[in-house]
Amino acid sequence: MIVGEQKTLDEIMGLLGDAHKVLVAGCGTCVTVSFAGGEKEVGILASQLRMRSKLEGHPMEVDEVTVQRQCEWEYIDPLAPRLGEYDVILSLACGIGVQAMNERFPDSITLPGVNTVFLGMPVEQGIWEERCQACGDCILGLTAGICPIARCSKQLLNGPCGGSQNGVCEVNPDIPCAWQLIWERAVKLGREEWLLEIQPPKDWSKSRDGGPRKIVRDDLRLADME
Amino acid sequence: MDMTAERTDEYKSGSNLEKILRAGHFAVTGELGPPQGADAEVIHRKAQLLAGVVDAVNITDNQTAVARMSSIASGVLAMQDGLEPVIQMTCRDRNRLAMQSDLMGAYALGARNVLCLTGDHQSFGNHPTAKNVHDLDSIQLIQMVRRMRDEGVFQNGEQIKAGVPRFFIGGAINPFGDPFEFRPYRLAKKIAAGADFVQTQLIYDIPRFREFMKRVVDMGLHEKVYILAGVGPLKSSGMARYMRDQVPGMIVRDEYVDRMKGAIAGIPKEDKKARRKAWREMGIKICIEQIQEIMEIEGVAGIHIMAVEWEAAIKPIVEGAGLLPRPQVE
Repeated sequence: MIVGEQKTLDEIMGLLGDAHKVLVAGCGTCVTVSFAGGEKEVGILASQLRMRSKLEGHPMEVDEVTVQRQCEWEYIDPLAPRLGEYDVILSLACGIGVQAMNERFPDSITLPGVNTVFLGMPVEQGIWEERCQACGDCILGLTAGICPIARCSKQLLNGPCGGSQNGVCEVNPDIPCAWQLIWERAVKLGREEWLLEIQPPKDWSKSRDGGPRKIVRDDLRLADME
Repeated sequence: MDMTAERTDEYKSGSNLEKILRAGHFAVTGELGPPQGADAEVIHRKAQLLAGVVDAVNITDNQTAVARMSSIASGVLAMQDGLEPVIQMTCRDRNRLAMQSDLMGAYALGARNVLCLTGDHQSFGNHPTAKNVHDLDSIQLIQMVRRMRDEGVFQNGEQIKAGVPRFFIGGAINPFGDPFEFRPYRLAKKIAAGADFVQTQLIYDIPRFREFMKRVVDMGLHEKVYILAGVGPLKSSGMARYMRDQVPGMIVRDEYVDRMKGAIAGIPKEDKKARRKAWREMGIKICIEQIQEIMEIEGVAGIHIMAVEWEAAIKPIVEGAGLLPRPQVE
């Protein structure tokens, strides 16, 4: 899932500037699960904004709404009739939701209240870790099911750098060395040979480096759209 | 030493380092750190301390992720003082286009050795908010340089059009990194990619290095690549402790920390000059002893001396280890 983290109240206040009427718009999917922008976080942030703006002497009128998914037209279209009342919409969705709102409602300004941080998962209550970089060319079949693109600080493809020691990355002892994990798993599976072949340079054109990506599935498209 | 399956008498690059190693001499390389500035005199001053003392000198590439004068430009300046550079190139700061462009430029300017490195993470340096590249990793970089030389092709397979850069290709190995069991295999991958020589991380744990070399020799890797053992003089007991406790990928045995500490026994704390002198003498003494121990280890083809911001230490070390004068090979 997409893991997000709410921006600080100070930064959000700065973004809102002198807006009088604000709609805080949550999303019921990924950011709800990562406790950054679901219905509950929308409620708390809206209260904080009301109190803070009042204390600062320019009280804002803050409304709340949370849609199932801010990244699909069908879920955000029902918001259209009421958006004209607001100076600003503060989206607590990921960057996709924020852009969907701006694209669908070009006459309104939708600002981000959340930083979209990574594609990952909760490894325990309150801790999320990155797992995927959406590089567009999955190599997990060669790396014992552990992704060095997302989890090695240098995205190495042929084994650990010289900074791996005692199982941790040179960047930070809180980061497990991905290649240590890969090696251990390969050994456990008796598949060391996976790691002995030289992996060629990666085709980054399939990643973001090739420009913004797009998938077209003709088998799924509706006939009248062609 | 027979270094290739299809041995020819032609050199791969014709560099001095290659000739020294091919002739079977115990090679000596040093290291020269470019300045954080544009003053060519800094390079010349350091180079003059090393000319005639080492067979080739590594020129570091934005070492520890600190922006410095380019390794290629510095290497060309050092050549003016009669030094042969080993151009270090990290994968951190350049993509494959920039690397090939710089390799051709370096070769055109006379460089003949290149050392292919991953590069320290930018978070260690003075631009921690920088974007890193890592388009290639160090093994892929070695492979690219080898194919440019041996097949005359760019990374994309297209022919090089005007002049093939023929480098003597180096890599780095860290016998002190983990997973220890994988390290000899990683060396084997570097050899398969095309490494002609490798230099190791700083050794301050000879038993572990010996164990690593035993595995390397058992795998026959020492017959396929020249292995230069990395050493460096400690400057103070604080530096020894720091490297032991703080530097990722390093192991420093307590005996070295203790000996550095012992070096200043009886010298009053206020007498900074005397402490510094005692430390530095001990650092050089330990380094010489290490070289002598390492020379006895099977499979070691030479020594690589890293004296960070202390290039003046290299001559007394090489001299003390009985490795001067350096042999001449034509």
